Amino acid sequence: MGKLTDWQELSPGGVVAAGDAEQPSTGGWRTGLRPEVELSACVNCLLCWLYCPDSAVLLDGTAFAGFDYEHCKGCEICAFACPTGAIAMVAE
Amino acid sequence: MSLELLTGGEAVAHAMRQIDPDVVPVYPITPQTPIIQGFAKFVADGRAHAELVNVESEHSAMSAAIGAALAGARTITATSSQGLALMAEVVYIAASMRAPIVMALGNRALSGPINIHCDHSDSMLIRDSGVLQLFAENAQEAYDLMLMAPRIAEHPNVLLPVLVCLDGFTITHSAEPVVLLTDADVPRFVGEYRIPHPVLDTAHPLTQGPFAMPDYYFEFRRAQAAAAEAALPEIDEVAAELERCSGRRFRALEGYRADDAERVVVALGSTAGTAKDVVDELRGTGERVGVVKIGSFRPFPRAALRETLAGARTAIVLDRADSPGGSPPLFAETAAALYGSGVALESHVYGLGGRDLHPADVRALFTGNQPLYVGVRGEPCPA
Repeated sequence: MGKLTDWQELSPGGVVAAGDAEQPSTGGWRTGLRPEVELSACVNCLLCWLYCPDSAVLLDGTAFAGFDYEHCKGCEICAFACPTGAIAMVAE
Repeated sequence: MSLELLTGGEAVAHAMRQIDPDVVPVYPITPQTPIIQGFAKFVADGRAHAELVNVESEHSAMSAAIGAALAGARTITATSSQGLALMAEVVYIAASMRAPIVMALGNRALSGPINIHCDHSDSMLIRDSGVLQLFAENAQEAYDLMLMAPRIAEHPNVLLPVLVCLDGFTITHSAEPVVLLTDADVPRFVGEYRIPHPVLDTAHPLTQGPFAMPDYYFEFRRAQAAAAEAALPEIDEVAAELERCSGRRFRALEGYRADDAERVVVALGSTAGTAKDVVDELRGTGERVGVVKIGSFRPFPRAALRETLAGARTAIVLDRADSPGGSPPLFAETAAALYGSGVALESHVYGLGGRDLHPADVRALFTGNQPLYVGVRGEPCPA
């Protein structure tokens, strides 16, 4: 989470602007395992990107570009979805 | 302005017609029904233009009211007793979401035993919800408070629901002369509905009513408490502005012949009116008695109470609600406000379930030596 605000700074009723899901660093909740890729085995099918529930697979245009560890929770879905076994879960 | 013979319920319906809110989600319940019946007729006759939502329960009425108010629509509803009890869960949410909903409450005893007549147990049920509670003394004041309520609720420093309480039957169903502002003056006085973040402002998408964990819940509640406190000066400001249109001035706390009084009755609602008549009578025989009418129970005018009673010997606090095993709510509030002031305190519970408090009963209270529960059969008088 970002800096906690004082009560005087809250908007009335706690209205939150939409689209702020990038702000909280939910990667802090990670299970203790993080995905790592062996790029030589990656075929750029992007199934990991498609399946990731936290939008934590990064793209460079249409090319796989690694993981956003600020938001990856370590759920392992990408590793299961990967058809070539290029993604391994590594203990942190 | 026009002088009409109206019940409190009809006066509130006229106020709603003149305010012409956008949405009115409501469920009928005695003694509130005449309010919404009157207003529904105005809508049917084309004299008011609200979306009248015939919901299936009060729980739904308040839920719809929150949605409407936060979407950007001025929203009014009304209820009584069990209706408010069913609504209570959502009332807390309305306050926490800072939805400036106006609600008329025909005060009625909570079941059980089931009863349809006046006491203030329904108001007190949501005492700590964050909703502001203004109490009318008569039909005229119920009308005036309904005109004031949107201005208070929607004030940027407040943004809280406002409950306008009128004693069931005593005010809701009793006809009195009521002066109405003109149909042109009311919209000018009330103004346009504006809230900081209307949901239907699609250019600025947002989330309303977020989940708050232990790291934020307390801050939300603290902000809500500050908003309720901030309402006190706004109530006075709006009352002063209405006085310029109407010549009548509502006070969060009204002292009636209280300046040099030794024994002062502290009361809410129509009973304050009864007590004023008795004070006039007793003053005629040289008794130094007075009345403090609490017009705003939430926020509670603590400083004004202390100031008004600075010279008094005894505050006789009359509660039309009980707190079994504890202190009645108005007494507890008064005692806390007067703590250390040297004013002696008397607590009395009266009028539960619509039992009348006659002038003779108030006279006896001023004279002294009455039990905690007044007007109940079998209660021994204190020695």
